[in-house]
Amino acid sequence: MTNSFAEFQNAKMFMVIGSNMTEAHPVASTFLKNAVMNGAKLILVDPRRQPLADFADLFVQIKVGSDIAFLNALMNVLITEDLYDKKFVQSCTTGFDELKAKVMAYPPEKVSDICGVSPEKIRETARLLASVKPCMLCYTLGITEHTCGKNNVMSTANLQMLLGNMGVESGGVNPLRGQNNVQGACDMGALPNVFPGYQQVANPEARAKFEKAWGVTGLPDKPGLMIPQMMEGLASGKVRALWIFGENLANTEPDIAKVEHELASAEFLVCNDIFPTETTRFAHVIFPAAAWSEDDGTITSSERRVNRIRKVSDAPGQAKPNWWIFKQIAKRFGHEWTSNSGQEIWDNEVSVLAPSLAGIKYHRIENDGLQWPCPNEEHPGTAFLHREGKFTCGLGVFNAVDWTPPAEVPDDQYPFVLSTGRRLYHYHTRTQTSRAGMDVILPEETADISPHDAKSRDIADGDYVRVWSRRGEVVVKARLTEQVPPGMVWMAFHFREGNANWLTNPAFDPVTQTAEYKACAVNLEKKV
Amino acid sequence: MDSFTLTLNGKQVEFEPGQTILTVAENNGVRIPTLCHLKGCTPTGACRICLVEVAGARSLVASCSTPAEKGMVVETETDRVHRTRKLTTEFLMASGKHDCITCERSGACTLQDLAYRYGIDKVRFETATRPYENEDANPFIIRDFTRCILCGRCVQACQEVQVNRAISFGYRGPHAKIIAGVDVPYHESDCVFCGQCLQACPVGALVEKKARFAGREKDVEKVRTTCPYCGVGCQLDLHVRDKRIVKVSAVEDAAPNKGRLCVKGRFGYDFIYSKDRLTTPLIKENGEFREASWDEALDLVAAKFKEIIAKHGSDAVAGVSCARSINEDSYQMQKLFRAVFKSNNIDHCART
Ligand code: SF4
Ligand code: SF4
Ligand code: SF4
Ligand code: FES
Repeated sequence: MTNSFAEFQNAKMFMVIGSNMTEAHPVASTFLKNAVMNGAKLILVDPRRQPLADFADLFVQIKVGSDIAFLNALMNVLITEDLYDKKFVQSCTTGFDELKAKVMAYPPEKVSDICGVSPEKIRETARLLASVKPCMLCYTLGITEHTCGKNNVMSTANLQMLLGNMGVESGGVNPLRGQNNVQGACDMGALPNVFPGYQQVANPEARAKFEKAWGVTGLPDKPGLMIPQMMEGLASGKVRALWIFGENLANTEPDIAKVEHELASAEFLVCNDIFPTETTRFAHVIFPAAAWSEDDGTITSSERRVNRIRKVSDAPGQAKPNWWIFKQIAKRFGHEWTSNSGQEIWDNEVSVLAPSLAGIKYHRIENDGLQWPCPNEEHPGTAFLHREGKFTCGLGVFNAVDWTPPAEVPDDQYPFVLSTGRRLYHYHTRTQTSRAGMDVILPEETADISPHDAKSRDIADGDYVRVWSRRGEVVVKARLTEQVPPGMVWMAFHFREGNANWLTNPAFDPVTQTAEYKACAVNLEKKV
Repeated sequence: MDSFTLTLNGKQVEFEPGQTILTVAENNGVRIPTLCHLKGCTPTGACRICLVEVAGARSLVASCSTPAEKGMVVETETDRVHRTRKLTTEFLMASGKHDCITCERSGACTLQDLAYRYGIDKVRFETATRPYENEDANPFIIRDFTRCILCGRCVQACQEVQVNRAISFGYRGPHAKIIAGVDVPYHESDCVFCGQCLQACPVGALVEKKARFAGREKDVEKVRTTCPYCGVGCQLDLHVRDKRIVKVSAVEDAAPNKGRLCVKGRFGYDFIYSKDRLTTPLIKENGEFREASWDEALDLVAAKFKEIIAKHGSDAVAGVSCARSINEDSYQMQKLFRAVFKSNNIDHCART
């Protein structure tokens, strides 16, 4: 997030696109609802009539995967009707002419068919957006989980720059991060191209710095593989050994049948986990790990806030902290690492090596955490980025992009679009929530369909239905809901049985390698 | 500039226009008891426990809903104030079953504190019987209507704080009750089990089911931590007894959640005590897992990685880190891959 949750409260307008906030980020949604009750405007853009629709001034129900076309059309209107922030565009950005040329090819009349929204409504949305400043734009996986995910993200940034909503309190582009520490895992360099603090592995100076700090030579300069490439590498023999820490890839990755084949192909698979999962079945060695509240450490939230996690008890049996496990392997390779606790790792290594975290030390985050960038120990942390239009690389760059449809679209054989997401009571593959009583409230997966489609296929609420795609099939109960538009099936991946990932398409954004969980083609029928 | 001052218990104090008498008192270290008042919400003035005496006013005024005014003379602890608060407390005590011995909230109950503060050793009124059974049908929240004093804080928490709009006041007179939807159990209503009502309840009318008989306020130590679920990063107080988490509440006034939680953060803590936990290293042999010592398992992994790297190069190993675990673990794993294995094949599910 460029901005902070605390800014929700004073925001004057929100545009929420592809974010089922009340279920995926419930507490954030309460601050948004408070602001709306106090008069803030809300524009909700979503293929589903999700719970926030009741609070929206304008609910724009676009078709799955039409985001870029829609956003380009909004920008078309803003430019054509002269409603954009010329001062901001002139002084803080570059690339406006290319953007203008591009979005001129997206007049509302043309886009209307692609996104299923009338030209009038597109114009109305653009005008409303331009009428209040600043506007806080929030998105989640509805934007990123597409083959055009990266372009979707760039489009949201284009829009906010065009409106001059960057670098201001209660504005900005705010991706709500899914997991508690997905932000932190990125910050720590658990990415194939960067060291901690986003220092590029390709940069010789960065390598020299880390070689010195770690007492090694010859750090590799070529960015490594991303998860989908690793998985394909297992099948092709390019990758021989895989170490999976915590993730339950056998349920979370698209096309379970393919993923399981890949996992089974590994010459050697190691897992660290707290529970046996569908993924650990394929392991050759499983290390039992300490869980949340069994170790001291930090996690970094969506708003770049580094918060403390505290230990309450020892891990059960012989389970050990994960950092300890990695350290023991290093030792067997002849590397003696000195840090011997979360605090030593953070205070003596992480915050020393990552400039944006330099000012964050355990003693400073006893209570509220600090938001990076926090370059020194006197620094109060940073609530919002790009203050007064100052982008890290100078000017904000417009990246004009074209709309592309999802990799797989409905046809005669598979007439429905399957879109996936999360439900309130469970978290991912339920390894945790199923063991905390939530199954009582939400006991099984359902296929959410519109009453309209249910009627035409003679399906009643609670009937078992067969849903199949080119990759697999599941049998689940149907849940009839007006939230879902005709032509759509909506599911989650919380349960092994009826897991949407038996169906989803392993098609990825070419740059980010994010899978297209939000769109594939399926068919469905009542199970007799 | 003209300053805004009033007299509070004989002392001149400043205030900002728009502040209530209660806020002014709090800012000046004067504690006025409250029951129905929920910070940040519209005052309802329902319970009358926060009454104070204002010179010139005919009756006592509710400090939580009365704006401070220039030149006001306010007394918070007069005999008249005490008598009235005592009477109000007695009425509340007689309004239902307040047998603290069996109550989960004993020791952390505002009504109990008030009874003690106003020296009540005998309730002069007959105890009313409430016509409603306990609701115990969902896994998280027990509703005990016999202990409900109808202060309405839960309604405000649900309506104004979380804006879930699941509960409201229902019926009248002796039948008054906080109802979910059209008076259905929580789990059949719009309730999303955020538990904000629970956190707001000043008495034992709403209690955590999993925490029942697991440890009262005096038995627990509170440990602040961060929620293990989504990226909002809510701050929790773990209520810990004998090194075991028995309950979770939200840290009031903490960034970012300001005393709020959702169902996962509040009730999703006990997975760590599941009997399914992995407790020993496991090595697969002939398709079956067997228990192993740490040394054996670590030696095997190190040997295998050495062998594969020697045979196929560093690019033949890869690692997937965890977006749920602590930063220090992810740092350590990428360090292992880069500095030791000499591979940049390290990733995590940054994109899902
Ligand atoms: S748990 Fe949350 S949603 Fe349910 S009644 Fe209480 S405050 Fe309302
Ligand atoms: S349940 Fe608790 S918070 Fe709600 S009205 Fe009754 S006493 Fe007040
Ligand atoms: S309490 Fe709910 S909203 Fe807050 S961090 Fe946890 S899961 Fe997210
Ligand atoms: S606290 Fe003021 S009337 Fe209840």
